[in-house]
Amino acid sequence: MTLNANIPGGPLAEKWDRHRFELKLVNPANKKKFNIIVVGTGLAGGSASASLAELGYRVKTFCIQDSPRRAHSIAAQGGINAAKNYTNEGDSIQRLFYDTIKGGDFRAREANVYRLAQISNNIIDQCVAQGVPFARDYGGLLANRSFGGSQVSRTFYARGQTGQQLLLGVYSALSRQIAAGNVKMFARREMLDLVVINGRARGIVVRNLITGQIEHFAADAVVLATGGYANVFSLSTNAMASNVSSIYQAYKRGAFFANPCFTQIHPTCIPVHGTYQSKLTLMSESLRNDGRVWVPKTAGDKRPPGRIPESERDYYLENKYPTFGNLVPRDVASRNAKAQCDLGKGVGETGLAVYLDFEDAIKKDGEAVIAQKYGNLFQMYAKITASNPYKEPMMIYPAVHYAMGGLWVDYNLMSTIPGLFVLGEANFSDHGANRLGASALMQGLADGYFIIPYTIGGYLAGTALSDVTTDHAAFESASTEFKDRIARLLAVNGKRTVDDFHRQLGHILWEYCGMSRNEAGLLKAQKLIQELRAEFWQNVIVPGSDKDFNQSLERAGRVADFLEFAELMVIDAHGRKESCGCHLNEAYQTEDNEALRDDKNYSYVAAWEFAGEDKAPQLNKEPLTFENVALTQRSYK
Amino acid sequence: MTKTINITLKVWRQKSSDVKGGFETYHATNISTDMSFLEMLDVVNEQLTLNGKDPIAFDHDCREGICGMCGTVVNGRAHGSEKGTTLCQLHMRHFSDQDTIVVEPWRSRAFKLIKDLVVDRSAFDKIIQAGGYVTVNTGAAPEANTIPVPQEIAEKAMDAAACIGCGACVASCPNAAAMLFVGAKISQLALLPQGKPEAAQRAWSMVRTMDALNFGNCTNERECEAECPKEISITNIARMNREFIKAGLISAIK
Repeated sequence: MTLNANIPGGPLAEKWDRHRFELKLVNPANKKKFNIIVVGTGLAGGSASASLAELGYRVKTFCIQDSPRRAHSIAAQGGINAAKNYTNEGDSIQRLFYDTIKGGDFRAREANVYRLAQISNNIIDQCVAQGVPFARDYGGLLANRSFGGSQVSRTFYARGQTGQQLLLGVYSALSRQIAAGNVKMFARREMLDLVVINGRARGIVVRNLITGQIEHFAADAVVLATGGYANVFSLSTNAMASNVSSIYQAYKRGAFFANPCFTQIHPTCIPVHGTYQSKLTLMSESLRNDGRVWVPKTAGDKRPPGRIPESERDYYLENKYPTFGNLVPRDVASRNAKAQCDLGKGVGETGLAVYLDFEDAIKKDGEAVIAQKYGNLFQMYAKITASNPYKEPMMIYPAVHYAMGGLWVDYNLMSTIPGLFVLGEANFSDHGANRLGASALMQGLADGYFIIPYTIGGYLAGTALSDVTTDHAAFESASTEFKDRIARLLAVNGKRTVDDFHRQLGHILWEYCGMSRNEAGLLKAQKLIQELRAEFWQNVIVPGSDKDFNQSLERAGRVADFLEFAELMVIDAHGRKESCGCHLNEAYQTEDNEALRDDKNYSYVAAWEFAGEDKAPQLNKEPLTFENVALTQRSYK
Repeated sequence: MTKTINITLKVWRQKSSDVKGGFETYHATNISTDMSFLEMLDVVNEQLTLNGKDPIAFDHDCREGICGMCGTVVNGRAHGSEKGTTLCQLHMRHFSDQDTIVVEPWRSRAFKLIKDLVVDRSAFDKIIQAGGYVTVNTGAAPEANTIPVPQEIAEKAMDAAACIGCGACVASCPNAAAMLFVGAKISQLALLPQGKPEAAQRAWSMVRTMDALNFGNCTNERECEAECPKEISITNIARMNREFIKAGLISAIK
């Protein structure tokens, strides 16, 4: 099948304007006749819900947490990029576009990324107007800091909790629309399935997590903004409830899944400390503005960091990449940390850590300035590790953080199922094979505030939709399917817990589909995943009933989906016989061990189509064409 | 360095709000002191599951102290005894071998119990819906640097905005008041120029909604400030009171 991304014609800089003009509009008086379902209340889903409701659409919004304010966007720390050029360093829309395309190792769509850069400035305006307390300079104007993969300071921030403040801004806009009766909010609901009628997305089936009841909702369009799937690795920086289920079920209903193997490993996280560990904690990339990364020059040097003299330290990022230094992109920083540890130079109890040292920054700026910039991060680090980062260097190690892959969408953010739109981390659209820091918040809000309000109108105005209610047989059949699945999960009554299976799945993926990948390992992983999945349905134990609040049952459903999805990831990784961004196939490296792309054969989006249970998924390709940037070997030297 | 401890837990178990609950005792052995409190509960739950028992229900999500989803009363203190710490960031190194730890849900008329340690905090959402926002539709915003905000004011607003909405203030208040939560939001928006046009209406409406939802009154016990995991200051309550009085006495809204 040829995938048509529906990219508007004309010069890159004029595409979005032109498209907005060409999109059909829904008459203001008619908007209230349309029902829209939004799943997820993070930056993308929350801003979409609020913005669509402001326009007059009737919106129903769903989230799994107890309140829309808790979506995982809240945990984003460092900041949000915008091309404001307030710092007079020569930033521009063109530069933000170029950095993002290059950072993604030329595996994203030009038109989408350019639009993202254009919208970035509107986002900052919108958030400031909502009362988001961004950091400011002494004169009262907005402050900026720098992030990886860029040589300008374009990141806006609210201490180390930018995601929280942006999400609370979104939540306030959403709350206003709930109060106005334009959004009906359903919290503690988990989407089980997408309902497709006559080839169009027309509703969802959800489980009420308090009562266990299965509920049906019909709509004229469905928007999924359910976040990323990094938790497939079990240990990641994602919140515990983050999952792949909604987008995976949509995949099984016909939405293509794009680039599932593109998962970001973030270089600066607190290292793993035990088998019981439930999640990994990120230390914001912004710390690399002032922190210096190093390891001892000699392998096996177990002296405490303070005893290792300057001459015996290897500031390997600064030495290897003099231009970008500690601010190289995430994939590069992660691989280098792993390489140092593989050489035996890792530090700490496990040898799986490197130092991130603030001694020089504290000497230069004083403790107070560093505390103002990163106080809450230092506090978080001290709480978890019982070590004081003002006095001794942090120990960090890479951890799974973000999914660049997601459901395939066209320029309108519509999936291959008409009427199903996908926003934020749940889609694949803007980050290619590696996301730059402070770009996830930008994309989530761009999609929700400034793209979907136009493109969904174009769809609704240009489509003759039949009347559909929840009486349609498709709802009953979807919910029967899931009631059966729940009953099967509860009936296995085996000997291993859900978390135990999840941990093992995570180990397989981290080992064979993590920071570096090879042919034999991926084939092995596929087999191990199949075996584990078979064992899961024979030997899992899920206590309790389906009629009440049952967190074990929730997790069981999510892990069951992860066990299927993981195989798709591995198949995708195996099929991409090149290296790009996060995807390092060991057979394809430059002399310096950087990712070596094969633009001739692999400059495409791999969009996978579900072919049936236990059948190999079908690969569809969207060729990526670059008319405005020259494809180069990424270099941060 | 990692060490392990053995502890006894007394945990509140209650199937739902319409049946009676009570404490159950569990023994947790070989608990690494590097574990967080919630990881310790995970370990207990794994064991309960393998023994065919119903695991303890508790809310949690980000496990890095920012989502506000977790929270129980530990030995009589909301989120436990460490200052400025959410339950997910409370580590077992703060407990000793052979300790007995009592774990209960938030208790307040306004937070109905759902199961075990899980309560319904939707009352907080309703308070925000009553006015915890600036009325600005998407697309209507002026250029961000049009209105400078003095750094000191922006920092104060940020201090208030750091609230995670966990409910510890309500749980620790003898009157189950929500004034710290409400005061923080009213303060954040009253301090910033963007929030000023609606300041009176906001204060009036949010405080009235808070009262209607069965939260108690403030009698200056200061427990909320002491227990707040984000160390939100009670000066925000004072500011809320000023805004509320202004709204009632001198503004056009009443």
